[in-house]
Amino acid sequence: MSIVENQSLALSPRISEASVGDYIALLKPRVMSLVIFTALVGLMIAPGHVHPVLAITSILCIAVGAGASGALNMWYDADIDALMSRTANRPVPTGRVSPQEALAFGLILSFFSVMTLGILVNWVAGGLLAFTIFFYAVIYTMWLKRWTAQNIVIGGAAGALPPVVAWAAATGSLSIEPILLFLIIFFWTPPHFWALALFRSDDYARAGVPMLPVVAGPDITRLQILLYTIVLVAVATAPWALGYFDAVYGVSSLALGAWMLALAIKVYRQREGAPALRAARQLFGFSILYLFALYAILLLEVVVAAARPWLW
Amino acid sequence: MDDEQPPGIVLTEAQKKRRRERSIAIALALGVLVILFFAVTIVKGPMVLSRPM
Repeated sequence: MSIVENQSLALSPRISEASVGDYIALLKPRVMSLVIFTALVGLMIAPGHVHPVLAITSILCIAVGAGASGALNMWYDADIDALMSRTANRPVPTGRVSPQEALAFGLILSFFSVMTLGILVNWVAGGLLAFTIFFYAVIYTMWLKRWTAQNIVIGGAAGALPPVVAWAAATGSLSIEPILLFLIIFFWTPPHFWALALFRSDDYARAGVPMLPVVAGPDITRLQILLYTIVLVAVATAPWALGYFDAVYGVSSLALGAWMLALAIKVYRQREGAPALRAARQLFGFSILYLFALYAILLLEVVVAAARPWLW
Repeated sequence: MDDEQPPGIVLTEAQKKRRRERSIAIALALGVLVILFFAVTIVKGPMVLSRPM
């Protein structure tokens, strides 16, 4: 036997025991479900007719692209994920999937999602999807996340882009409406994640992630949550104020915004002990419902408008 | 010369099962990709070759 053969036997390569479920977990399915929904809204409110096959193709590519960036995030962040209770059970920190497998999985899915969207739908959407993946995996994960307390503010742009990609898939161009959809998610991200960070700050501190409560303290974070929520509520009414959607959306966004603002004020005022944690949890939970409801109403308005000729 | 083959890597039943499941998942994903390209080709017709930047 040669030395090389002896070595190859002695090295005993790692045999993967990863299940299909582990690879699905790398795609961050819960984040993906929100991406699918916001992209669907972007696609549906776009003017003109999109063939259902192209619509399904677009949503599938955007979902897979979002999943790919999640896998790349889990590959790069495996060291800090292992230190946080919320993420310690992810496939890479637990060793069920090796970092190399996660990286290869993320890169392959990124390539196929971008190329498929570009070839089958259009290259404006394909390019935007590539930019979204790059922004999340490189700008946010590799650079901002470990460097600045503004990580999720700037990085939030990646999460806000799916409806823009979907609009581009439907129209081949961009306009004011998808930018408004972008801005709603962009300004929603800081209150959402900082509410989470308020009751998970120990986790972030242990991992050395400079989230705002860790770096600037909980009081500054509470003020920032309140300020961003005020901007969010104003931005969320813009689709109605600018005349793109009617009063049903306007009234709903104001009502939902008032509720969101009330919870943000509660977070600002409750600063000690269990009530403070409870307020942060309430805001975090409601923020998910808030975004979902806003987009659902946009979708409903479009569906009702499309069905009107058959209904009346 | 020794005719006996080196044992190499022997997978456990669990590893074989996981590998089979992963292979099926890859096959399904590739199948979906093929169907997608076929369906879009049918939908677009001759326009499938027209891809303005």
